[in-house]
Amino acid sequence: MSAGKNSKRTVQERAGLALNDDFLRKAVRFTTERLRSGKRKAAEEHGNWDEWRERGRQIRLHTIAHLDYYLGLFADQARVNGVHVHFADTAEEAVSLALEIASKHAAATVVKSKSMVTEEIHLNRALESAGIEAVETDLGEYIIQRAGETPSHIIIPAIHKNRYQIADLLSEDAGERLAPETAILAGYVRKKLREKFLAADIGVTGCNFAIAETGSIVLFENEGNARMVTTLPKTQISFMGMERIIPSWSDLEVMATLLPRSATGQKLTVYMSGITGPKRSGDADGPEEMHVIVLDNGRSLQLGDPEFQELLNCIRCGACLNACPVYRHIGGHAYGGTYSGPIGAVLTPALNKNVAEWDDIAGASSLCGACYEACPVKIPLHDMLVSLRRRKVERGYGDARETIGMKAYGSLMSRSKRYHGFLRLGRLGQKLIVRNGGITLKLGPLKGWNRYRVAPGLAAEPFRERYQTLEAELRQGLQELPPEIAERMRKRIGSREKSAGGEEHGGRSPGVAGSSGSTLES
Amino acid sequence: MFITCVSDAVYPRVGETMMRLLARYGILLDFPKLQTCCGQPAYNSGYWAEAKAAARTILAAFADSDFVVSPSGSCTYMLHHYEELFKDEPEGREQARQLRHKTFEFTQFLVQVLGITDVGARFPHKITYHPSCHGSRLLGVKDEPMELLRHVKELEFVPLPFAEDCCGFGGTFAVKMPDISGAMVAEKVDHLRETEAEVLVGLDMACLMNIAGHLRYRNEPVRVMHLAELLYEGVVLA
Repeated sequence: MSAGKNSKRTVQERAGLALNDDFLRKAVRFTTERLRSGKRKAAEEHGNWDEWRERGRQIRLHTIAHLDYYLGLFADQARVNGVHVHFADTAEEAVSLALEIASKHAAATVVKSKSMVTEEIHLNRALESAGIEAVETDLGEYIIQRAGETPSHIIIPAIHKNRYQIADLLSEDAGERLAPETAILAGYVRKKLREKFLAADIGVTGCNFAIAETGSIVLFENEGNARMVTTLPKTQISFMGMERIIPSWSDLEVMATLLPRSATGQKLTVYMSGITGPKRSGDADGPEEMHVIVLDNGRSLQLGDPEFQELLNCIRCGACLNACPVYRHIGGHAYGGTYSGPIGAVLTPALNKNVAEWDDIAGASSLCGACYEACPVKIPLHDMLVSLRRRKVERGYGDARETIGMKAYGSLMSRSKRYHGFLRLGRLGQKLIVRNGGITLKLGPLKGWNRYRVAPGLAAEPFRERYQTLEAELRQGLQELPPEIAERMRKRIGSREKSAGGEEHGGRSPGVAGSSGSTLES
Repeated sequence: MFITCVSDAVYPRVGETMMRLLARYGILLDFPKLQTCCGQPAYNSGYWAEAKAAARTILAAFADSDFVVSPSGSCTYMLHHYEELFKDEPEGREQARQLRHKTFEFTQFLVQVLGITDVGARFPHKITYHPSCHGSRLLGVKDEPMELLRHVKELEFVPLPFAEDCCGFGGTFAVKMPDISGAMVAEKVDHLRETEAEVLVGLDMACLMNIAGHLRYRNEPVRVMHLAELLYEGVVLA
């Protein structure tokens, strides 16, 4: 899962490139801002957003818990409809299946609608090497294909580019100067793509949802290009991650409500196509031959893993990217994989078997939980990031200095006397470096902190030393506890004893994915 | 009183004002000296053995308390992870469950348990509020501080634009990814300056330390306070 030369660097180096790119930061901030405020508005207008999120979550939990059954049902139904269904364990297998189909039809050109899974397996590269022209037909994908880049956002692949940069790219493509106006640029691509659609031998799509009960695939899009891809070429190949399944069309109602609202704030996607098999006699259009390639590529590794199974619930809406304060500043390429943002920071290591030596992408999060709050199926990404960090440490790949620091931390914090002694020592030591109550010295752990801040000094008297005199002072002339307050406190304690724990007072139910019980139904 | 290490070592005034406020209602907080840190720095960095060592001191320190009150939503929420840390020790797990049920963030305790929303304060300043992520998103403390602020007389409240965005602290994140964290706190302070508030108030001294540190770095004269400090000053002033 490399993203070219970018993946060789560390997260910090990749992020540094983005942080110094004002165009990128401005473009990403502008669009994520628009998307997340649109999402917020759409959720508010919906009225029962949290209830529908929970419905969505339950559908996904249920499907993934019975994934073998629903995948089997889907494949059977699709075959009945005349679809060729293939299963690929790895990216390489998926690619060679596609190349075989292309070679059987002696295909020269392929048109593609937007699909993250084909980005994941680097299909375009493989097609080009086989001498087959692959043309992206989603506007954003077309732009980054011209730039020779990978998508930096799940939904908006060219989010990191402004219209002037796009005008430059497309002018080069057109061989004439195009004005940096959206209508002109889109008009140019539209015209150009018409020819490609008509000439293409194969149409390649992804799959937003696969409906098990009828063996159908469903595509969500806004530009109409996926319709062209699935109606004009004689052969269609649709790629899907093995987790894209939902049981029925009635489940799609929930997903069709959650996905567009979460992604762009739209109530409905502009085009939603349900495709159940190739062209039948009497159909006006459609491919004569249709293939579905179902990809594993590390997904099945999450099955049965209590900390990561919920990752398969993701519906690829990109809401976590738009909500993420880290993504906003560093954009998608800094994540170093096909998938970016909070979902990418978890998915990339997870699909690679959680490899402990995977770089520190899970560290590039303040764990603020905005991703979890934004997620339409409530995936606890912030908890998963902690799990990844823990697995890395447990397997001995923790940073050496950090490991020493944490050992010291554990030792200090396991005895209050040691901790207090450390505070006293710190107070003495800081006399050398505190100026006007602040520390500007860039040393040790303060090196990075003080690059942007002035650190406070330790208090002359920590609370634990202050407490005794404070307590004595307050005890003198302490008010009597007002009876109504005393009564409220008693009631709290009473209810706690009655219900063997007491009512919840804020906070989602504790524990990560696995401990919630419903995650692993089977 | 679960003081939390940041308030203990750097901002003891937060603990003091909490105690002084509660004493006005006849509540004298006990301070079990066994307590150290909640374990979050180690937990979030993946060092769970070390986090568990810290958690043990917290479990022992508060074993006999009826209520535990803390000036941090984040440290309070950390206690919600203890059951997971002690999942293989039935006794520790049970203690952790009990601790979770009896521990409250300061404004939760005032509003939810004691039923106090008006402490009788006056604070004639323009203020804004930063809701810290763990307290508001994960612990769910959203209305309590607003309710308390609404009742403060002569206070002018200006909403902070993009208030719910993280300030960039994130514990060891600020040390390990300083440039990303720096970009986040710079944006937060930009928004803060847009409000032209004299005072920034919050419920988590770690986040406030981050924002205050960047304010000082930029020489911006905004005062940063915990809500307990503001309420107590307001009570003295009234």
